[in-house]
Amino acid sequence: MAMMAQTATRTPARWQDFVLLLKPRVMSLVVFTALTGLVCAGQPVNPILASVAILCIAVGAGASGALNMWYDADIDRQMRRTRGRPVPAGKVQGADALALGVVLSLFSVMLMGMALNWLAAGLLAFTIVFYAVVYTMWLKRWTAQNIVIGGLAGALPPVIGWAAASGTTPLNAWLLCAIIFMWTPPHFWALSLYTSEDYAKAGVPMMPVVKGAASTRLQILVYSLLLIPICLAPAATGLGGPVYLGVASVGGAVFLLLAWRLYLSHAGDAADPRNDDGLYDVRAGASDARNLFAFSILYLSLLFATLLGEHLAGVRPLELLR
Amino acid sequence: MSDPSHEGDDFAKARRGRNIALALGLIVFVILVFVVTIEKLGASVANRPF
Repeated sequence: MAMMAQTATRTPARWQDFVLLLKPRVMSLVVFTALTGLVCAGQPVNPILASVAILCIAVGAGASGALNMWYDADIDRQMRRTRGRPVPAGKVQGADALALGVVLSLFSVMLMGMALNWLAAGLLAFTIVFYAVVYTMWLKRWTAQNIVIGGLAGALPPVIGWAAASGTTPLNAWLLCAIIFMWTPPHFWALSLYTSEDYAKAGVPMMPVVKGAASTRLQILVYSLLLIPICLAPAATGLGGPVYLGVASVGGAVFLLLAWRLYLSHAGDAADPRNDDGLYDVRAGASDARNLFAFSILYLSLLFATLLGEHLAGVRPLELLR
Repeated sequence: MSDPSHEGDDFAKARRGRNIALALGLIVFVILVFVVTIEKLGASVANRPF
């Protein structure tokens, strides 16, 4: 019945709706981290081929987003944050989202292989499959560790960029991957502390839904403690320079302070499924979760922007371990 | 498939927009493949044996 009503009121799909399927905001972050990896590789790359590599990574990320929206339409429909997406909103048919995702996946991987190298193409294919199949179809609905393991898909773009430029993936490339991988849990769990009712309603086993807010706050603190040394490591491995060390240190201290304040707070305790006031309404104690969520985005952006700036400006890395 | 004769202006306008976007996408793809081919083959294109 609901489906019939939805079909009757369906609005025509505009090209902009198909662009939204590609998750442009996520795509922009992927482009930024992939570009950092490509530049940090330190290999001379033809600028046109480098642009093609970044385009392929962006399109591959967009394809993953379209496949995710196709498969997750049922749970997206139940959450305030996602119910306006093109498929649950009835603007785009699920089959069209699937077709777009498959075609763009093939396009991006094949062009990456032909234009750059097949190591980068293979990593891109793995990332798309990992996000669309392993995370979306399996982990997301099955375990509270969904975003921990699934975070690998979001962490791989700098490695793909590095591989595209150099044809190799040395330790420093994987260090960039490790930074994003360890950053993902505190980032998403901070968000989920004040949107957990949405996830509970949709049956998605996010950490606050399964283990409760107190356990989530503790795990955020633990992951933050593990994250900061990894963020400092590039200064020791010949990847980051003095500016990077300063940004990673000061930002890391602020990150830990916010994680500690969140741990001591009652964020997420007052979740009330009956409250439907707004998407990111901040309840008692939840401002600490919001602060960490916002700062985590700033911190990751600053780290990668600093690395990018140092390499473009020719700043000599510190190599503290040598 | 829907019958275009029963569609309103909104549907026709949206379809036209999608068609233009698809055409532009295909043109960009063709240009990309051409440029990548030239960049990868480089001087070999001009100096190939006949």
